[in-house]
Amino acid sequence: MSAWSPGELAPAPGAAPVGRMLRAQAAAELKLVLRNGEQVLLNLVIPLGLLVVLVLVPFVEVDGAGTPGERADFFVPGLMALAVMSAAFTGQAIAVGFERQYGVLKRLGATALPRWVLLLAKTLAVLVVELLQLTLLALVGLALGWSPQGAVVGAVVLVALGTAAFAGLGLLLGGTLRGLTSLAAANLVWLVLLVLGGIVFPLSAFGPAEAPLSLLPTAALSGGLREVLEAGAVLPVRETLVLAAWAVGGLALAARLFRWE
Amino acid sequence: MTDLALEVDGLVKRFRVPGGGARTAVDGLSLAARRGTVLALLGPNGAGKTTTVEVCEGYQDPDAGTVRVLGLPPRTPSLRPRVGVMPQAGGTYPGLRCGEALRLVASFAARPLDPGALLERLGLTEVEGTACRRLSGGQQQRLSLAMAVVGRPELVFLDEPTSGLDPQARRGTWELVEALRADGATVVLTTHLMDEAERLADDVVVVDAGRVVAAGTVAELTRHGAAGQLRFRATPGLDLDQLLSALPEGCLAKESPAGQYLVEGPVDPQLLAAVTAWCATNGVRADDLRVETRTLEDVFLELTGKELRT
Repeated sequence: MSAWSPGELAPAPGAAPVGRMLRAQAAAELKLVLRNGEQVLLNLVIPLGLLVVLVLVPFVEVDGAGTPGERADFFVPGLMALAVMSAAFTGQAIAVGFERQYGVLKRLGATALPRWVLLLAKTLAVLVVELLQLTLLALVGLALGWSPQGAVVGAVVLVALGTAAFAGLGLLLGGTLRGLTSLAAANLVWLVLLVLGGIVFPLSAFGPAEAPLSLLPTAALSGGLREVLEAGAVLPVRETLVLAAWAVGGLALAARLFRWE
Repeated sequence: MTDLALEVDGLVKRFRVPGGGARTAVDGLSLAARRGTVLALLGPNGAGKTTTVEVCEGYQDPDAGTVRVLGLPPRTPSLRPRVGVMPQAGGTYPGLRCGEALRLVASFAARPLDPGALLERLGLTEVEGTACRRLSGGQQQRLSLAMAVVGRPELVFLDEPTSGLDPQARRGTWELVEALRADGATVVLTTHLMDEAERLADDVVVVDAGRVVAAGTVAELTRHGAAGQLRFRATPGLDLDQLLSALPEGCLAKESPAGQYLVEGPVDPQLLAAVTAWCATNGVRADDLRVETRTLEDVFLELTGKELRT
């Protein structure tokens, strides 16, 4: 520890350009996700592993899907929905819950980083993770015989709405509960929606519960993606509206109830 | 532009306590920090220091009173780059490395300090690549300090900056605070360490139970009330009336316990000379002759009846 020279610490305050703050914060958020073993497991290993297992081992009955290619047509959209939920909802809920508990958000609040830039950076990091997830799922799916139909733009709109819906719910959970509680709740919701949300099991398997279950965000996202990528629809209206409703409701509630500390 | 970097006037902050009712953490507290100086809030744990600082940082709203930070309300967004904050604990991403965490905060500032140089000065170069969650408590404290100053703020709030630091790291923190002051920044710090306040602060505000019990420079606080005590040791049973007749008007002298003498009066060179002259005339050897001074610790004990180190 050497002495400070005069003038070295002279005040020269000022905020960096927003672009620089955004890049730095988004890069940090992305690093944190990709370095965290549980996040990688949740975001990449589980969706990809499930895709391979579900397509190759026919223990889940899918109507009219006999060949691995036909099974891939059903499961790729479902696991894309799971991937979006993992990145935007579960991952965010856990990360934000702990960041609040550790005082990270409080501390960032005292820096020149505006809150909207922080939220935008988190969104950017989620979108990059999703790009990685969906690319890998598509590549593995294609290798398993997946033959996507329809317009990519419809799928992109659905994924964007789904991301907004799940991010709103993730921020709601992570912004109101303590780290460990948020982690437990987010994992529980993830598991319940994996089973009941139209990702692994076709909703028709649940009989009379099919109609209410189809209003779940995972069901709307996976169902919508199937309409587009399996059946060739442009943009299924019902699923789009369901996702938009979750997005508006989730984000509005999160904005009202989110606590930074 | 005012010459005050921080003005707190009649601040009141209450917290609801479980089971109803409210606890008043800060009770009509006023203070001011002059630009380019170091102000220390000194008091025991639970005195309301952190609450006061958090209101100034914009984390909490006051229930009454006004706060002006660089002339503006604490929550003003344009203050954020101008004010550096070191909270009492936490605040770093556990998964980021030490160097990454500092560079991230540096990237929010227009003209940041060189993060590498700052890490080196604070003795953190060896742990630059270590995840924040694996840093020792003292290393986290120093990283937190670095994060508070890297943006080159005008005003820096440091909440217990040296708690849990070893002596060498504490000295490094003190040197940084002194260098900030020398370069014209204002530093407001909280501490329950007397030597820290005595060494660093231009002004000290002694806080207890949410109120200011004394305020002033270290010299003012320690001089007041201790003025005029002279002590020495000598053989027991000296003739005190004879001693007093040799001293200026208005002095008092007593022996308690035996062989320990106390002279009270305006301590100046004349009084000292009179006492030593009387001793010389009477063949008295005075040992341990000293002018009494008080430490901040004495001041605190006297004002609050409490020990500061709890």
